[in-house]
Amino acid sequence: MTSMGLLQIGLYFLVLLLLTKPLGAFMARVYNGERTFLHPLFRPLERMIYKLSGVSEDVEQRWTQYAGALLAFSFVSFLFVYLLQRLQGWLPLNPVGFGAKQATPDLSFNTAVSFMTNTNWQAYGGEVTLSYLSQMAALTVQNFVSAGAGIAVAIALTRGFARRQMGTIGNFWVDLTRGTLYILLPLSLIGALFLCSQGVVQNFSPYQEVTTLEGGKQTIPGGPAASQISIKQLGTNGGGFFNSNSSHPFENPTPSSNFLQTLYILLIPAALTYTFGVMVKDTRQGWAMFAAMSLLFFAGLALCYSSEQAGNPILAGLGVQTEPTDSQSGGNMEGKEVRHGIASSALWAVATTAASNGSVNSMHDSYTPLGGLALLFNIESGEVIFGGVGAGLYGMLLFAILAVFIAGLMVGRTPEYLGKKIESEEVKMAMLALIACAASILVFTAVSSIVEFPKDSYWNPPGAGTANLNNGGPHGLAEILYAYSSGAGNNGSAFAGMNVNTPWYNLTIGLAMLIGRFLIIIPMLAVAGSLAAKKLVPATSGTLPTHGPLFVGLLAGTVVVVGALTFFPVLSLTPIVEHFLMHQGKVF
Amino acid sequence: MPATIAPPIKPARTDPTTLLPVHMKRSRPLFDRQILGRAVRDSFIKLNPITLLRNPVIFVVEMGAALVTLFLIRGLLQGTANIGFELQISLWLWFTVLFANFAEAIAEARGKAQADTLRKTKTDAVAKRVSANGRIEEVSASKLRAGDIVVCEAGDLIPGDGEVIEGIATVDESVITGESAPVIRESGGDRSAVTGGTKVLSDQIRIRITSNPGETFLDRMIALVEGAERQKTPNEIALNILIAGLTLIFLLAVVTLQPYAIYSVAAARAGLTPTVAVLISLLVCLIPTTIGGLLSAIGIAGMDRVMQHNVLAMSGRAVEASGDVNTLLLDKTGTVTMGNRQAVEFIPVNGEPMQDLVDAAQLSSLADETPEGRSVVVLAKEKHNLRGRDVSHHNANFIPFSAYSRMSGVDYDGRQFRKGASDAIANFVRERGGVIPAQFTEISDRIARSGGTPLAVSEGSRMLGFIHLKDIVKGGMKERISQLRAMGVRSVMITGDNPLTAAAIADEAGVDDFLAQATPADKLAYIKKEQTAGRLVAMTGDGTNDAPALAQADVGLAMNTGTVAAKEAGNMVDLDSNPTKLIEVVAIGKQLLITRGALTTFSIANDIAKYFAIIPAMFMVTYPALGKLNIMGLANPQSAMLAAVIFNALIIIALVPLALRGVRYTPQTAASLLRRNLLIYGIGGVIAPFPGIWIIDRILVLLGLA
Repeated sequence: MTSMGLLQIGLYFLVLLLLTKPLGAFMARVYNGERTFLHPLFRPLERMIYKLSGVSEDVEQRWTQYAGALLAFSFVSFLFVYLLQRLQGWLPLNPVGFGAKQATPDLSFNTAVSFMTNTNWQAYGGEVTLSYLSQMAALTVQNFVSAGAGIAVAIALTRGFARRQMGTIGNFWVDLTRGTLYILLPLSLIGALFLCSQGVVQNFSPYQEVTTLEGGKQTIPGGPAASQISIKQLGTNGGGFFNSNSSHPFENPTPSSNFLQTLYILLIPAALTYTFGVMVKDTRQGWAMFAAMSLLFFAGLALCYSSEQAGNPILAGLGVQTEPTDSQSGGNMEGKEVRHGIASSALWAVATTAASNGSVNSMHDSYTPLGGLALLFNIESGEVIFGGVGAGLYGMLLFAILAVFIAGLMVGRTPEYLGKKIESEEVKMAMLALIACAASILVFTAVSSIVEFPKDSYWNPPGAGTANLNNGGPHGLAEILYAYSSGAGNNGSAFAGMNVNTPWYNLTIGLAMLIGRFLIIIPMLAVAGSLAAKKLVPATSGTLPTHGPLFVGLLAGTVVVVGALTFFPVLSLTPIVEHFLMHQGKVF
Repeated sequence: MPATIAPPIKPARTDPTTLLPVHMKRSRPLFDRQILGRAVRDSFIKLNPITLLRNPVIFVVEMGAALVTLFLIRGLLQGTANIGFELQISLWLWFTVLFANFAEAIAEARGKAQADTLRKTKTDAVAKRVSANGRIEEVSASKLRAGDIVVCEAGDLIPGDGEVIEGIATVDESVITGESAPVIRESGGDRSAVTGGTKVLSDQIRIRITSNPGETFLDRMIALVEGAERQKTPNEIALNILIAGLTLIFLLAVVTLQPYAIYSVAAARAGLTPTVAVLISLLVCLIPTTIGGLLSAIGIAGMDRVMQHNVLAMSGRAVEASGDVNTLLLDKTGTVTMGNRQAVEFIPVNGEPMQDLVDAAQLSSLADETPEGRSVVVLAKEKHNLRGRDVSHHNANFIPFSAYSRMSGVDYDGRQFRKGASDAIANFVRERGGVIPAQFTEISDRIARSGGTPLAVSEGSRMLGFIHLKDIVKGGMKERISQLRAMGVRSVMITGDNPLTAAAIADEAGVDDFLAQATPADKLAYIKKEQTAGRLVAMTGDGTNDAPALAQADVGLAMNTGTVAAKEAGNMVDLDSNPTKLIEVVAIGKQLLITRGALTTFSIANDIAKYFAIIPAMFMVTYPALGKLNIMGLANPQSAMLAAVIFNALIIIALVPLALRGVRYTPQTAASLLRRNLLIYGIGGVIAPFPGIWIIDRILVLLGLA
């Protein structure tokens, strides 16, 4: 690890920390329906939306209605994105002429699910599959609203803690509208303008054929990239405009654009911890969440960065310079852009996996086994290390419920968190979410690692589930594991290294995404409803304090232990054994 | 008659493990031969899978054990079994189930043994029933119905629960309370309830029976200690959901491990996929068998611990709720203070000589048999060297205290000595032409403000001064209250005194709040107010007018001496009728919850070491590189797996005493409790299995078993 690298990371985290409070406080005002400085601008628009859609702003919903609204909205979104892709050949803004041939039914299903669930898993390459209209009207719109829906759920759960003896948890339509209008739109606009200034493309031109200096032909893609990239980072969506995502110079041209994009990954998830604190009327509780997330973030970053900087001992043994010098970064540079180097690649990789963002500026498949392990574990621990917008907070609250339930008993009271008794209903829902998520990763990976299909079959033309892999041994299994983890965690990044655009993988990864999204959201909304109806138990010296370092450690520990106990067997057969084998001189 | 002042109560000697007073314990050894025998037998009966279904974790272990046994038999028939290893695994899996059953059985057996003792006392007594025409007829006690009237004389067993409607008697209630000293039961007031099975020692009483056969207090008590009506408490249900959920997750992790193994074996072209015995060993080691096996034992033992303090909890829910109590309502008299007020000082007014005041005070109290009166005599003797006198030959006429006159005294040799309430004595003096000195009201108020009761003393028209009567706060009370505060429990003193007096006593005892001039309705309103604010309230009570509040409170501890209504309204009955015990009940409730949390944490933390033992062992051939994870240096794959399984089984047995006794609990803040318990059961739980599994591995190798 170089001092320059550490300085970059330090600066990054400092800026994140400084923005957490102001943005968090602003978001709390937005969701509490209080007046903000943006009201003169957006309030009339907001009113108009309610008027047009027939939403009564002041009518609140019970959790079942809230969940119903969210599900209905998501389903309609899914249909819209699916149909738009399938019909893109007959629709405008399609200069390259993509049609249903590129957007096959299974791929369109996968992509529609992927963007509707805020995953942005991309089994396709954007520049060879989708028209500009599909990118903008289908995908970019989903980047906004799926993020807005995620935050809404976190806010509803927060209300569950903050309210006492109430039957309702807010209005989904209002939360969705406000989040999109007051938070996502302005921030993404700022981001897009900044990215344009850095050289990110934003046009409707057809692809350019150019002759290179060597005399070869090259196709230069274009398109409305900046607007999608800004929101893809901000909304922890991660779906790149181009296939190589933010390692593509048109998506991420300069150190400044790289800094802003990395910052945007964690910006809202971090700020939401403060929003949470404001809404439960104890900002220390929000900072405790922030601290637990930071602790895990730095643990992952330390493992990833140090492993990447240490590089591959086999190469070192061959006399390759792997120590950092002034002129080169050393370490494991395979799959990384030279202009980004080790530190900012590792930082991005850890941030994007911690936050269920999934955009990349380096290829995760090429990371050292332990570097890759850090990324895998970030996803498998439930995407709660800042996590997706909203999803990170409600996921972390799920773990807080579990931590409080187990450890809270040890102070001699039936467990309570923020004054709410944690009882069967909450434990049941938390376990349901945990089991659903673990099952979708473990079972789909297990099946895909042994499933057999005839060669050239419809479901999987390459043949067996493992025939799609480019790498063998433990690394091959890791690629499958990463794919389903990424789907279930609604992350969307990939180890790549395998062809996932087959009906089998499109369908199963799509299912994993649906499970990972809705079988967490629905239980968490049920928890919100159950909590909101409860009395508030006043805190005493006999109450488990949930704002101090002890609780922060406990919460982080719970996340690690639950993740480790669930995934240790499979991880030991993937990156862990790969690491030991690498040190014995064997790579995959 | 020499009067005595009760010596100040010393803080009770406490049991170091529970901090509960030793003398209150109905001690029973943790294990004795009879209980052990019954428990071992029951452990086998409990193997019945249908009853085991109630405990999902152990049920999964049993299914696993059965499956391994089946595969062993099949292997034996086909000649392919790795007999030594698979036989040992299957035996230890069965032991795991048996050990878990044993933990529950021993907790139950202790209750059953006690129930048997109680049942023996339930002989079918003969009741002397008063029939409609007033004649007394002898019927079997089992024929009595609620509403019947019976007569009991010295030597009779009281045939059923009831209320004394006539007479007074001493009753031996040792069957119920374990206390051999007889108690007084009389009609009217708050000492009218009698319990079936207890014995009248003297006098004769008439009793109205209040319960039907099979529903008596003794019947309920037997059912409770036996655990026949035991239902899972809400927290137990939630914890069961948690560990069942974890079991499901581990089931997923282990079942999916087989496909990963198939892939890995094919990829490495080495080794074999794990056998069923190995996979099930891993599963059993991972699922929370420790807490799964001990959970119900912890609950039963918690109720049993309450019982050992002579408190009968009507449900496990009540014990659990007592750990959550935020507010404790303590009756002033008898709980915070000693039952009676005592004279502590004589204060003359208007320059009257002290000697005259003491003299008058003593004379007016000589015939006063109330504890207050006796304390005046004692104070006069101890502080002022004035011995008791016999005044009977002086033609003395004693005036007893009446609620109407609110004074008492003696007319003797033509002189009138009086003591009583300030205004009553002032009127008495004025009527005789005396003058009330200006100082009078000032001193009276001063005494009241300090928490005392001013008792004015006069002789004829002369106002002599005051006796300062004081409520004596029980020794150690302040410490107990501050312990409660550390536990996060607010204590509120309930008293009928005026606010001034109440404030002073509240201050002296260190309680957080007080309710002065409290009527039963005030008490009920206070409880409701606390509950609306989300707090859980505990209280004690004995009178019929306490019943609504007892029923409203989350924990209502009724005194056994109290009325039937009070006992029915509360959810606990203190057989010793010692209201201070409420504090102990809170401690037991907390201890129960802590034990549950600690063992759950320990159980989950243990898994980490087991992974390090089993995963490298499973894939030793496929991926020899994974041997790096064998940080314990276990001898070989079979010894490693066996050691993990054996450790997992033995830890259940090793923790049975802890589950029954409860983890150590000292009142302190939640933060320090959590720090301590996380360190011991969390970090300790991670570390402990490493040496444990290592030692078992060594022994297995030494014995040549693996």
